Amino acid sequence: MRRIKSRSDLERWKEEILSKQKEYEVVVSVCGGTGCHAYGCKKVRDQFAKGIRKNGNGRRIRLKFTGCRGFCERGPIVTVQPMGIFYQKVREKDVPLILSETIEKGKVLEHLLYQDLVTNQKATSEKEIPFYQAQHRLVLGNNGLIEPTEIEDYVGIGGYGALAKAFFEMRPDQIIDEIKASGLRGRGGAGFPTGKKWEDCRNAPGDVKYVICNCDEGDPGAYMDRSLLEGNPHAVLEGMIIGAFAIGANRGFIYVRHEYPLACKNAEAAITQARRAGLLGKNVLGSGFDFDVEISKGGGAFVCGESTALIASIEGRVGEPRSKQIHTVTQGLWGKPTNLNNVETWANIPLIIDRGSEWFSSIGTEKSKGTKIFSLVGKVKNTGLVEVPMGITLKKIIFDIGGGPQNGKKIKAVQTGGPSGGCIPASLFDLPVDFDSLTGVGSMMGSGGMIVMDEGTCMVDVAKYFVHFLEEESCGKCLPCREGLKRMGEILDSITEGKGNEESLSLLEELAEVVADTSLCGLGKTAPNPVLSALRYFRSEFEDHIHQKRCPAAVCTPLMQYSISETDCIGCGACKKVCPTEAIEGERKQGHRILSELCSKCGSCKDVCKVNAVMVQ
Amino acid sequence: MDLKSVDKIVDKYEEKKTALISILHEIQDRYHHLPEEALRKVASRLQIDLNDLYGVATFYKSFSLTPKGEHAITLCLGTACHVRGGPKILREMTKLLGIQPGGTTKDSKFSLNVVNCLGVCAIGPVMFVDGKFYGEMNLVKAKRIIEKINKKRSGVKS
Repeated sequence: MRRIKSRSDLERWKEEILSKQKEYEVVVSVCGGTGCHAYGCKKVRDQFAKGIRKNGNGRRIRLKFTGCRGFCERGPIVTVQPMGIFYQKVREKDVPLILSETIEKGKVLEHLLYQDLVTNQKATSEKEIPFYQAQHRLVLGNNGLIEPTEIEDYVGIGGYGALAKAFFEMRPDQIIDEIKASGLRGRGGAGFPTGKKWEDCRNAPGDVKYVICNCDEGDPGAYMDRSLLEGNPHAVLEGMIIGAFAIGANRGFIYVRHEYPLACKNAEAAITQARRAGLLGKNVLGSGFDFDVEISKGGGAFVCGESTALIASIEGRVGEPRSKQIHTVTQGLWGKPTNLNNVETWANIPLIIDRGSEWFSSIGTEKSKGTKIFSLVGKVKNTGLVEVPMGITLKKIIFDIGGGPQNGKKIKAVQTGGPSGGCIPASLFDLPVDFDSLTGVGSMMGSGGMIVMDEGTCMVDVAKYFVHFLEEESCGKCLPCREGLKRMGEILDSITEGKGNEESLSLLEELAEVVADTSLCGLGKTAPNPVLSALRYFRSEFEDHIHQKRCPAAVCTPLMQYSISETDCIGCGACKKVCPTEAIEGERKQGHRILSELCSKCGSCKDVCKVNAVMVQ
Repeated sequence: MDLKSVDKIVDKYEEKKTALISILHEIQDRYHHLPEEALRKVASRLQIDLNDLYGVATFYKSFSLTPKGEHAITLCLGTACHVRGGPKILREMTKLLGIQPGGTTKDSKFSLNVVNCLGVCAIGPVMFVDGKFYGEMNLVKAKRIIEKINKKRSGVKS
């Protein structure tokens, strides 16, 4: 690889890459995100590579193994350019056909196209798919264009151009002013103004400073940071170098969850390439500025997403948070001024420097600028990563992009903000999505998980789930969080077991208040949110559990009883076959019966029954 | 116990105290747990107190002081997997394998682990078995995966 020593070197390199890319007639991109991996995308890619090699087409056809395209549920995804064809659920056996028909003859293969679930219309390109139509993929969009482990792909789309601009056209204070003017707020959850944080860190006394990229994406149900670091690691690096230059830091760290092996691997590869190209190390791009980045792996502790705990973890210690009276921008890693931003925040920086703060702040709402990536998951038709302008309504995300409910069930809530957030009921779906309005209804933006829940989801169970999650993840340093969450969990357990009483809810609310008021760090302070928001909007469900000893969503096992309707059962035997405890009896073609003393209430029978004869009470 | 690999791992990270978590990850990958002798070795080479090292080794969930089974089964119970039926699969797996989350079968064949999110939420419930992701899990699929491993081990073609 060549070494880039100046801005003109970089421009020349880009020209060369572009002219080399022009030689390809066709570009086949196979999505290589973790979701597509679960569906076997690697085999699909290998099959393409084999087919292209066999026909001696290596010079004509470029095969790319890209990062996450967002529509994970439809994986593996394959696109063919310049025709712009979008194929979904591609299997190994489809590859020869794509090569011979689509690539050689330009024919579109109908059976691999996305078919609209309502209109049954088939979409040939990404643009025609409703899931992509309402999105504004500024940050995530490049994932589909580049191979994350090829720095040349990134430079080819203008990568590191913003860095050159920052180095040679702007002073560090001008960069900070630009970020401040853009209105960018931290994408990790709390929404602190990024430019202000940078300024504070720059002004903090000390010669040695650090920047950190937080990829300890612990919120269950959120995976945009993984997909960004996995799919476009150079954008994150470019953002970090610009930030480090503005702040005056010469060393950076990317803290990645150990559960994200592909993100670690791709980030590692990107760092090595950037070093070789002279974009990291001494005298970056001939600017006289030195900067290098290393990766630090987490060990599976949710609390390490909190800045002070994360810093302790990088230092090789137990990930316990400390009091934040002195901010990390003044005293962070090894006691030095440290600026910590989330992956998505860093990935926004090159865009802002490249296109200007005015352009960036024209997107979004008054106080929340730009776009935000959400992971739209749970009980919704189209699941995956969506990037939308701030201020879009929940309804638009869930119904237009997400395609509405699965299996005709009614959607009743959406959970945002992970364990620090809350459930927003369907009656508030006209709410614009931005930092402040989500906080206003008792939830929060968080890192961007959006878990859709329908009438088959029990809100008491969800509240219990989050409390137990946090109880387990509490580091144990401060008492309110350690003990308070345990007691809250016990109360919720008793309610879901049918043992709740009149006092359960008031005690729960009192405890929640104490935990929120007196915990040391953000984990404990926000821990009661899921319970309080569930009580605020779904109190009747709690009351049903307590007074009627009934779980309306049929989730809480101790309150359930399974039976088979005599009139509906056709005696197919499917339920008997799957029952793990042999609790179903009945002859073929005759009515079946559940023996309640043997039934483990696993629900398998209900899942397989084709005529809906299994009833839950 | 042969501690050469431990030395190699510590050498690789140049005895840096800050690399402790990465070092422990590599030891865990090599031995399927953190053996006591290995921890003593790391403590002496990095010159850290064994107490502190024990603290770190027990704080982070990825580490285990007891040996793990040959096949690691990780079930995701993140929110998205939870609302799509993850707990049902967990109940079934504990019954099928006869172990609780965090446990290992007596024949050291399987370990069952539960994690809070694998970040593959769009295709939940998700299971991660021997380095491979499986999406849209249900009871039948989960059972089939276990059966397949069992068959492979006994030499029967699946």
